[in-house]
Amino acid sequence: MEKWEDNRAWFLVLPVFIIVAFSAIIPLMTVVNYSVQDIFGPGQRVFVGAEWFEDVLHDSRLRDALWRQFLFSGLVLLIEIPLGIIIALMMPKRGWGVSASLVTLALPLLIPWNVIGTIWIIFTRPDIGLLGATVNTLGLAFDHTARPLDAWITLMFMEVWHWTPLVALLAYAGLRAIPEAYYQAARIDGASAWATFRYIQLPKMRGVLTIALLLRFMDSFLIYAEPFVLTGGGPGNSTTFLSIYLVKIAVGQFDLGPAAAFSLVYFLIILLFSWLFYQVLQNVGKGEQG
Amino acid sequence: MNGKLKIVGLGFYFVLLLLPIYWMLNMSLRTNADILGTFRLYPTEITFGNYIKIFTDKAWYSGYLNSIIYVSINTLISLVTALPAAYAFSRYRFMGDKHLFFWLLTNRMAPAAVFLLPFFQLYSTFGLIDTHIAVALAHCLFNVPLAVWILEGFMSGIPREIDETAYLDGYSFSRFFITIFIPLIRAGVGVTAFFCFMFSWVELLFARTLTTTNAKPIAATMTRTVSATGLDWGLLAAAGILTIVPGALVIWFVRNHLAKGFALGRV
Repeated sequence: MEKWEDNRAWFLVLPVFIIVAFSAIIPLMTVVNYSVQDIFGPGQRVFVGAEWFEDVLHDSRLRDALWRQFLFSGLVLLIEIPLGIIIALMMPKRGWGVSASLVTLALPLLIPWNVIGTIWIIFTRPDIGLLGATVNTLGLAFDHTARPLDAWITLMFMEVWHWTPLVALLAYAGLRAIPEAYYQAARIDGASAWATFRYIQLPKMRGVLTIALLLRFMDSFLIYAEPFVLTGGGPGNSTTFLSIYLVKIAVGQFDLGPAAAFSLVYFLIILLFSWLFYQVLQNVGKGEQG
Repeated sequence: MNGKLKIVGLGFYFVLLLLPIYWMLNMSLRTNADILGTFRLYPTEITFGNYIKIFTDKAWYSGYLNSIIYVSINTLISLVTALPAAYAFSRYRFMGDKHLFFWLLTNRMAPAAVFLLPFFQLYSTFGLIDTHIAVALAHCLFNVPLAVWILEGFMSGIPREIDETAYLDGYSFSRFFITIFIPLIRAGVGVTAFFCFMFSWVELLFARTLTTTNAKPIAATMTRTVSATGLDWGLLAAAGILTIVPGALVIWFVRNHLAKGFALGRV
């Protein structure tokens, strides 16, 4: 069915536009302004054009951080989206178990991000932390403060623990929205569990999974507090993600110009990939549904 | 998947999910010396000292109050502004609709670090620094777009014949919207409220930048448990347990909507 065409709908959108634009446009313009200037102090600034952008694009440490970031976000999506769907499929459909499952799922999401890192520091300590002590007892040589691979494994565990519930909550919501009639039809056709999932549940979850995937991509690409607290970007630079490197430049060296150029490039990368994901997910499976 | 396998799998997952939280609870009931001294699977000498300190020290409990105040304001603003906007996106075609819809989401994509300084300057200009409304407004930047996206999904699930019938019956837009349409998508409203609450509750950078004392959030207070003698783990763990409580209450209230009402959700 076609939507109604009416430009007066703008009046309904106006409050949202104003409230978001208030916080969005002026800071963005200011950052664009920083990115083309060399700032020595209040009132002392020189226009440098695209110099900072050239620096940023040639910064090899930044490129390393970018690949690390892609690897991290890629792993996050590959693990959390399927795991979240599996959990949603396992959750009860009625009874007290529904409430219990929903509240349990929400718990990790509600802890402030800096506290998550702090809790995992002690949770993974070999002397007084549950996970660390368990790993120690098993006789595995595991040390996330010294070995890059171990730091990555710890971070991934923390990230999957923290955010898979978000995917599961959304996927569960999508599953509950499928009318019973679809399942009955599938039973009559003698469809296997896999076929039911592939041709009924998965297409019907497309909307919520789009939101889940975009949210997880954006937030994991911007991740800062948790790895900063847990590993501080180390050992070496092995877990220095883009945000951590950005803060090092912006705060550590107090270099606003290059940091602003960095931020804009960073922002555009996320924008580009989010848009690609959005386009692909909008169009995938359209033929099947019709 | 058969029933037994599902229950075992889910149970196993929930045990893993609860372990770090159990560990936090375990630590919150012990003294700092005890935590750092020995490995204990459960507290042997339970102390509520950490919780008592949080409930009696103004620096601590005011952090919770501040967070609850600005998070509530933010959730309210997000819902009230996003509801009509989501309706417009789900029902009408208008100039720039698709671009505007995606632009909203792009506001969640900017790395915060460099934006904090202009943010501070902007809110200073309006004299909003260290007020609850400042943090609530700043968090609208990422919560309003999310609210519009989620609500639009729910609204698109409602057939347009309902709107048409109501208008033919002589309902005005506002009367139809408030008395008929919003009750139909109350599931979506509940879910959106939870997500707005959650993202505003855990955000630290904006909240810390825009406040000094009067509106200081709990997450910022928690970074102060580091003192000359090191981190007070017991106190931090107790504060962490208490940060979970308000959000858990919110999801408890919307749980039935999540379970049932999603029947009209975006599919």
